[in-house]
Amino acid sequence: MSTVAQADPARAAGSAGPLSQRRPLGDRTFQILALASGLLVLVILVLIAYTTTQQSASWFSHEGLSGIFSTDWDTGKGKFGPMAFVYGTAVTAVIALVMAVPVSVAIALLLTEVVKPRVARPIIYVVDLLAVVPSVVWGLWGILVFAPWLQKIYTDIAGGVQHVPVLGPLFGQPVSGASFFTAGIILAFMITPIVTSLSREVIATVPAIDREGAYALGATRLEMIRGAVWPHSQGGVVGAVLLGLGRAMGETIAVALVIGASPVVTSHLFAPGYNMPAVIANQFGEASGVFRAALMGLGVLLFIFTIIINVVARGIVDRSARRKRGA
Amino acid sequence: MAVASAQQGPHEPHGPDLREPAGWRRTKDRVATWLMYLAFVLVIIPLGFVLFTVIAKGARAISWQFLTASIPPNVLPLGTGGMGPAVVGTLEITALAAVMAVPLGVLGAIYINEYGGTGWLARFVRFMADVMTGVPSIIMGLFIFSLWVLHFGYSGLAGAFALGCLMLPIVIRSSEEMLKLVPDSLREGSYAVGATKSRMVVTVVLPAAIGGIVSGSLLAIARAAGETAPLLFTILVTATVNANVFSGANTALSAQIFVNANQPYDGAQGRAWGAALTLIAIAFILMIAARVVTARFTRYSR
Repeated sequence: MSTVAQADPARAAGSAGPLSQRRPLGDRTFQILALASGLLVLVILVLIAYTTTQQSASWFSHEGLSGIFSTDWDTGKGKFGPMAFVYGTAVTAVIALVMAVPVSVAIALLLTEVVKPRVARPIIYVVDLLAVVPSVVWGLWGILVFAPWLQKIYTDIAGGVQHVPVLGPLFGQPVSGASFFTAGIILAFMITPIVTSLSREVIATVPAIDREGAYALGATRLEMIRGAVWPHSQGGVVGAVLLGLGRAMGETIAVALVIGASPVVTSHLFAPGYNMPAVIANQFGEASGVFRAALMGLGVLLFIFTIIINVVARGIVDRSARRKRGA
Repeated sequence: MAVASAQQGPHEPHGPDLREPAGWRRTKDRVATWLMYLAFVLVIIPLGFVLFTVIAKGARAISWQFLTASIPPNVLPLGTGGMGPAVVGTLEITALAAVMAVPLGVLGAIYINEYGGTGWLARFVRFMADVMTGVPSIIMGLFIFSLWVLHFGYSGLAGAFALGCLMLPIVIRSSEEMLKLVPDSLREGSYAVGATKSRMVVTVVLPAAIGGIVSGSLLAIARAAGETAPLLFTILVTATVNANVFSGANTALSAQIFVNANQPYDGAQGRAWGAALTLIAIAFILMIAARVVTARFTRYSR
C-alpha cells in the first residue's frame, strides 16, 4: 500500500500527458501488487496440492494400489487402509444432508415467500448464529451434553427396532452416545446456515412475474412454490446442497469429539465410527513416518473430494445466478 | 435443463392440480406454511440449547483470574488457575493472521474488480477464491505443517499462516462485493480530474467501500478466531504461556477446549466451558463491531 504514495498524478499529467502510454512507476507497482495478491489464491491452492501430496508419497508407495482401497487400519501392524474413514465421511455427510436440506430449504422458502422482509431479517440473523458458534464449541457441547442425552434415546430406539428388517441393522445394537449418527446431527446444525443462505439467494432470483402468473391462475402459495419457484430454482438449490456436502465432509473438530473414534465399516448408525478429518485431527500429533504420511494422504484425498464438489457446486450456483442477471 | 424447466413455469404438466377441491388445497397450503415455521423452530432449539449451556457453565468458570492466570494441571478443580496463555494466544495469532490476510485479500479484490474486470483470469481467480472458501480448515493445517513447520518448527506464526489461508478467500470475496457496489461515476470523475488508476482506487474507490470491507473483514476474523483444526499441527498446543508469537509452541482458546473436552476431570471440563464462553464472546464482539461499522460507514449497499 505504501507504494501508492509515490504515484504523483500532477507530474504524470504534466510530463507524460494524459494520452501517453507511459504510466508512473507507482501506478504500475500497485497494479502488479494487486495482481500478485489475486494470484496468491491460485498459488496457495497449487502449493497445498503439491506439499501435502509430497508428504504423503511414502504412504502411497507403502500401501500400493490394493492398500489404498483397503479398510484395514491398524497402526501397530503398519496397516493404513483409508476406506473405513472414507466410509465414515460419506455416512456422516449423508446423515447431515438428510436432516439439514429439508430444514434449510423450508427456511429459505419461509424467508422468501412467506414472511415480510422486516420479519425475515431477524430470522436470517438467528440462522447465521449457528455458524458463529465455533466448531469446537459444538464438539464440546456434543460430547458432554448432547451425546449422553442421545444415548438414552438411541438405547430405546435400538431396543424397539432390533429385530425389524432394514431398521434393525441401521438402528439396532450396539449403541453409543458418540457415534456416526451424533456426528451427523451436529454436522446438520453446522451446515444449515450455508445451505439456507445459498438456497435463499437462488430462490430470490425467481422472477416476480412467474409468481404473479401462478397466483393469477388461482394457485395457493404451496402450488405457486411447486409450479413457479421450484422449477426455476431447483438447479441452484442442488448447488447449495453440494456446497453443504463439501462443508459436512471437511468439518473436523466437532466430529472428532463426537464420532466415537472407531475405524470400522458397519451398518449400525448408532455405533461409534470415524471419518477422515477426525482421524487426522486426533492422531496426527503422535504420528510419524508412514503413519504420518498416511494421515497426510487422507488429507490429500479429502482435499481432492472437497475441491471437486466445490468446483461443481460453485459452477451450478454461478450459472443460476448468471441466468438471473441475463433475465 | 434448468432453463428448459424454468420456461415451463406454472404450465408444467406434472405441477399442482388446480382442479382439486378448494378446501383440501387450502389445507395443504396451510400445512406447508406451518412446516416452514417448524423448520425454523428446529433450528432455534439446538442453538438455544448450546448457547444456554455455554453461558450457564461458562459463567461459573469466568473471572478476571480465569482470563489471566496460567493453565493448571487438568486434575485441579475449577477456581485454580485459568486460561491466560490461551486468551493471549488466540488474540495474538488471530491478529497476526488478520494483519497478513486482510491487506492481501483487499488487494486481491482490487485486482478482480478494478484491473481484471471481466477477463478470464479475474473470473478464474474469483471462482477459485470461492472454491478455496470450501477447502476444509484442517487441510490448511496440514499444508502449513508441510510447508513451514517441518522446516522452521511450531510457532504462533505458523498458526497465523494457517488461519490467514482460511481468511484470505473470505476477505477477497466480501471486499470484491463491496467494490462492485461503488458506482462507476465516481471512477470516471476521478479520471476526469487526471488521477492515475492507483490514485483513483486508493483515494476514491476504497474510501467509498471501506465500511463494507472492514465489516466483511471483521466477520472473517471472527470466523478464524474460533477455528481449531488449522492450529493443532501448527502451534503444538502447550499449557505454558509463550509471549513470543514468532517461535516456540503456543496455545489458543479453541485448541485448549479441544484438549480439555477429552479430559475426564471436572476442573478441566469446567475450564473448557469457560474458554468456550470467552471464545463466543470474542466472536460476538467482532460481529457487533462489524454491524456498527456497517451501520455507520456504509455508503453503498445492495
